[in-house]
Amino acid sequence: MTWKQVFTSSVGKKLVMGFTGIFLVLFLIVHVGLNACIWAAAYDPTDQGQMFNKAAHFMGNNVLPRVLEIGLFAGFFLHIFQGYLLTLENRKKRSTGYAVAYADGSKWYSRSMAILGTLLLMFLVMHIYHFWTPSRLGGMGTVQALAEVEYNGVMHHNLYAEMKNVFVGNTLIVALYVLACGSLAYHLLHGFQSAFKTIGIHNKKISGLINSVGVGFAIIVPLLFALMPLSFYFGWIK
Amino acid sequence: MEHYNMNLNLKVWRQKNKNTKGTFKMYRVENISSEMSFLEMFDVLNEQLIKDGENPVAFDHDCREGICGSCSMYINGKPHGPWQANTTCQLHMRAFKDGDTIVVEPWRADAFPVIKDLMVDRSAFDRIIQAGGYISVNTGNAVDGNTLPIEKQKADDAFAAAMCIGCGACVAACKNSSAMLFLSAKVSHLALLPQGAPERTTRVQNMVAQMDKEGFGSCTNTGACEATCPKEISITNIARLNSEYIAASFAD
Repeated sequence: MTWKQVFTSSVGKKLVMGFTGIFLVLFLIVHVGLNACIWAAAYDPTDQGQMFNKAAHFMGNNVLPRVLEIGLFAGFFLHIFQGYLLTLENRKKRSTGYAVAYADGSKWYSRSMAILGTLLLMFLVMHIYHFWTPSRLGGMGTVQALAEVEYNGVMHHNLYAEMKNVFVGNTLIVALYVLACGSLAYHLLHGFQSAFKTIGIHNKKISGLINSVGVGFAIIVPLLFALMPLSFYFGWIK
Repeated sequence: MEHYNMNLNLKVWRQKNKNTKGTFKMYRVENISSEMSFLEMFDVLNEQLIKDGENPVAFDHDCREGICGSCSMYINGKPHGPWQANTTCQLHMRAFKDGDTIVVEPWRADAFPVIKDLMVDRSAFDRIIQAGGYISVNTGNAVDGNTLPIEKQKADDAFAAAMCIGCGACVAACKNSSAMLFLSAKVSHLALLPQGAPERTTRVQNMVAQMDKEGFGSCTNTGACEATCPKEISITNIARLNSEYIAASFAD
């Protein structure tokens, strides 16, 4: 069996979804961890986003995270592209549908991964526009550069101030962010454990553990993400 | 359980053959005993249709004991009807009440084309088995069972997978019309046993390739197949199939 045969088979295509899915889960851990630094401002009034800005600076000015960033874009692209491809392919396998749908055998979110994913993709475009573009491409063409702040003689992008700009007083944007976190939660609730099944974990002890960790992950991570815009919006951090 | 009789409305899919378009037709059956099986109720309907000079409803059935995998009706939005771990032939009319309207459809999947009414062509499953769902052994005297020690747990898991009767309810239930539960049961019961080891790699490669060729969808682990399976085949088998496939993909 050639690699081409492997990755064009139905099982191989799902493997790509599973592996990229797990890679994106790992990214979420890094992302939520770094962003949680904004809450340093909640207990240290002198922080003013310093801890978060330094963490973001480290990620933006280090070779390894920058290389991983390319991988991240590739991962997103593969996951999204392959996801749509599989959804379209699978839909074509039943040209005459049922009069009565079979809804009891599976959870609605496990059947709605494409819709939840589409909501996430729409969010992703907005999210990249809000933070990634001004941080990476600021000053190029018409993209406005981010404000800067100096710590120990080194200039840092003030992404903390940018978060304030985006979220404070912007009810619609905050609502969209919270909604996207809801989509992420349900996407992960199915996707986390499904990815490990797809890559072949069938040991009962391990898959039991994965199922529990998956539910915890699907609740905790999106909840933390949702609390970020809410923290700015409600003035919990200033 | 108390015995009772009921009158029912049936909304049944009628289709002349593969090439014509089908449609639902309404029928009324009366004085159906709660002790009857679902297929016996259909026998009553067919007697009635023959008497009225109409074509009887074509449906698959053979053993009527829940072990052959022939019967295949999609009843009120679930393959094999409302009961768990049950085939259509073992579904009894006590599952329904007087005055109920029951919608009966054939398995829906392009890989299972309708032959007539509620009968579908499931020969795709046969071709998947032919692609590798067997072991090659020399004939001769039967080997003593104890010459090949097998761990109890593995023997039990293999047996549980081998329970699959190939009815196709998993395909009918899956939103992707995927045959992965069937395939994984067939691959698993041989992969777990020493007898299946020599052809382990080619088996999974060939059977997956045949499944794709037959036009089944891919698996998204929704679990609908497991929930409807009359033999309660676990989707753990699908994960095992995936790991078998990954291992096989590194082979030459």
